[in-house]
Amino acid sequence: VKVTVTVRPRAGILDPQGEALRRSLQGLGYAAVDVRAGKVFDLELEGGDETEALRVAGRIAEQVLSNPLIEEFELQAHEPVRS
Amino acid sequence: VSERVAVLAFPGSCDDRDALRAVALVGAEPVRVWHADDDLSGAAAVIVPGGFSYGDYLRPGALAALSPAMAAVREFAAEGGPVLGICNGFQVLCEAHLLPGALTRNSSLEFRCVPTWLRVESVDTVFTSGCELGDVLEVPVSHGEGRFVADEETLSLLEREQRVAFRYVRRDGSPVGDQSPNGSMRDIAGIVNERRNVLGMMPHPERACEPLLGSEDGMRLFASVATSFARNGVVPVGVS
Repeated sequence: VKVTVTVRPRAGILDPQGEALRRSLQGLGYAAVDVRAGKVFDLELEGGDETEALRVAGRIAEQVLSNPLIEEFELQAHEPVRS
Repeated sequence: VSERVAVLAFPGSCDDRDALRAVALVGAEPVRVWHADDDLSGAAAVIVPGGFSYGDYLRPGALAALSPAMAAVREFAAEGGPVLGICNGFQVLCEAHLLPGALTRNSSLEFRCVPTWLRVESVDTVFTSGCELGDVLEVPVSHGEGRFVADEETLSLLEREQRVAFRYVRRDGSPVGDQSPNGSMRDIAGIVNERRNVLGMMPHPERACEPLLGSEDGMRLFASVATSFARNGVVPVGVS
């Protein structure tokens, strides 16, 4: 099962990268935008069903992929990848 | 008898040699411990040095916190062993949950390599026992991600328990104001854990050990460790 983990800065945490992007976009004329910069991880997990894959991915996201003090994450499961 | 001080080295560490040299300057025996080793060679204190461990992949310090050497450090700290994390080492200690809070991108978005002045705010640690409360030390910073952040509850706890070891100030000791190198909450430059045996700081005391480098104030920290060894007659932690 493939699980996509999206990590973003928590609300209220200063995101200087997003702020820098916002200022650059403003320079291009996109005035009203708000930008938060995060990261995306695609995990391919062996065996198990979707529920199990989401459980494992959630633990990985919490323990390693995100720092819960400053970041939050979202999980999305996809169909197994067939070659 | 010269006591051993372990200095960890990860792929991407770059301040380990300066730390090893500072340890030797105060008469202790420096030992380099590679990240894949889970044995601290009977050291009586550990330094987690600066640099860019594992290329700062994922988040600074995040992957180093998962290394075998850090598993050994976690055990060593749990037994009360003194641990000093400098710069990337501070980031590693936070990611390893040995210290609270996190170090995020400097509010300026710039990498800052400048002299800073630190007010000593806690002297009951192995690393600051040779300082007086209120001493102002000149120690350089060199980082892009050194903005200390924590929730209000944690910040209050740190203040209440006098666990802020160093705070950025101006040269004359007045509040740093907009001269902060990174925008750290409450101008925090270094903190200790509840038991006061683990200290993390963004500035580099090992780069302030020679008059030639502009300051030797950093020596105060390493000398404090050596003095505490001499005073207490060190029993290496974890060795019976």
